[in-house]
Amino acid sequence: MNKTYLSYNNIVSSIGFDSPTVVKNIHEGLSGITLIEDENLFPNPFYASVIDSDYLEKAFEKLHPNGDYTRLEKMMILSLDKIIKASGVELTDRVGLILSTTKGNIDTLDPRSPMPTERAYLGTLGHIVKNYFGFTTEPIVLSNACVSGILAISIAKRFICQGTFDQVFIVGGDIVSNFILSGFNSFQAMSSQPCKPYCKQRSGINIGEVAASVLVNKDQNNLVPEAVEVLGEASCNDANHISGPSRTGEGLYRSILSAFKEANVGPQDIDYISAHGTATNFNDEMESIALNRLGLGTVPLNSLKGYFGHTLGASGLLETIVGMHSLYHNTLYTSKGFTELGVSQPLNIITAPTVKNLNYFLKTASGFGGCNTAAVFKKVQS
Amino acid sequence: MKAQDLKIKEYCRISNNRVLLNAQLLFEDLGGDFTTFIKMAYKKMDTNYPKFFKMDDLSKLGFLASDILLKPITQDSEKPKNIALVFSNSASSLKTDRKHQESIVDKENYFPSPAVFVYTLPNICLGEISIKHRLYSENSFFIFNHFNAGYLHDYASSLIKTEKADEVLCGWINCDVEDYEAFLYLVSTEGSIAHNKEEIIKLYTTK
Repeated sequence: MNKTYLSYNNIVSSIGFDSPTVVKNIHEGLSGITLIEDENLFPNPFYASVIDSDYLEKAFEKLHPNGDYTRLEKMMILSLDKIIKASGVELTDRVGLILSTTKGNIDTLDPRSPMPTERAYLGTLGHIVKNYFGFTTEPIVLSNACVSGILAISIAKRFICQGTFDQVFIVGGDIVSNFILSGFNSFQAMSSQPCKPYCKQRSGINIGEVAASVLVNKDQNNLVPEAVEVLGEASCNDANHISGPSRTGEGLYRSILSAFKEANVGPQDIDYISAHGTATNFNDEMESIALNRLGLGTVPLNSLKGYFGHTLGASGLLETIVGMHSLYHNTLYTSKGFTELGVSQPLNIITAPTVKNLNYFLKTASGFGGCNTAAVFKKVQS
Repeated sequence: MKAQDLKIKEYCRISNNRVLLNAQLLFEDLGGDFTTFIKMAYKKMDTNYPKFFKMDDLSKLGFLASDILLKPITQDSEKPKNIALVFSNSASSLKTDRKHQESIVDKENYFPSPAVFVYTLPNICLGEISIKHRLYSENSFFIFNHFNAGYLHDYASSLIKTEKADEVLCGWINCDVEDYEAFLYLVSTEGSIAHNKEEIIKLYTTK
């Protein structure tokens, strides 16, 4: 079977528009979460990680675009543009495009949006990105709740191994919208403070927005220094509840077990876990149970939600990219917002940037619909 | 397992107020609206799953089509089956998205509901099916402008070939303003129809 690698990558976020800047800011403990007062988004002030609109406009204008683009399209195009150019990959019929998003251009459903509501169709979003760059294959849009970003990597790997493509560009993105804020608020899932994953004082999520992109490659050519190999991945449903995680972490447990099997690794091989850590009571508790069922309670772990908030369909991809850089720099980054363990099972939460030789990391995510995904990545030795 | 050895075991279609299993008509109620039709189809199929009535239209449609194909396989099985769910459509969850949007558009009449919001993700339908049939399996929801037999074929083949699933329930479940359509087929090592792009298109376009 073909090996697959993650290579060129980019993050467009509130703490930087390229991966090295974002990772440097994480190292320095800078969070993009701020108090936002915008009645068009939410009736009361709320904490979220929002990209500066002027900065986004200026960056996008430099591409000299023809036509009108939505906020999310601008973010996605900006992100993908950088890695397509840097990689020099020609967009032939052997190159796939996967978009990972939960809600796409959902802001265009709002009657105040200047864009037509047809823009809310995710297939339309896919074609706008496809046509902007001139991809020759049909875009694949994945909308699988909060595991979309990491599941998109699994799917790219599977299509490459199956022989459908030689290379796949993935772009993941979601925006902060009144649609999402009102919905999570109706679930009473929103924190009135910057979020605190796994902490005793945690009180829910912050929403965030990013676009992130990565090139998935079938061979070792054209790899960047921070490239990783996708060793194993799996996605298992909880078969338990549509809006709450399984109390036993069944789906996450099975996903990790199955990813380990394919990767031919065990808990002792994992140097770092990039977990989901949304900072809701149920999610973080479930993760602690699933991870301890697998003997992973002592492995250094962080959630990056304290820097970006929960970026929904982009989060798994974003956090995988940060993980790649973590391995490259042999540095574990702080799980921001954490002070005191607030889950029932032990977890080894990273509380300060730590230099350590890192080779393997595990990325996990869980979401509505009972979905869970796990993937194991290995540093490519240069 | 070689991809060319895979088969389509059974398929189910729900559209134009008719329910078909393979080529056989199981139920029709021409003329009624979707809400009435799907309720009658649910009764006719002896579905017996009260949670059905809490679901949004997309989940109802996907759930019923899946139940027709999966019930004979999962209902007497002691061990959970490893059947992956690979669904696709063009409208994602937009029918319910519009409903949530209506509930927040007016600040004087602001009533977002978690019972509606949870269905603003297309993969919730996969969660409902997984719960009913105890499927701790792979599931993905793809959005394409049109039914894409090539991608579905390659992805289902890959899941079975790499032993991530024993069988794959695949297809198209779409609910939009004007219309709805469900077409699901079970990819397996058993069956009489070859699992290839041409056969999938043929089954999909025979209405």
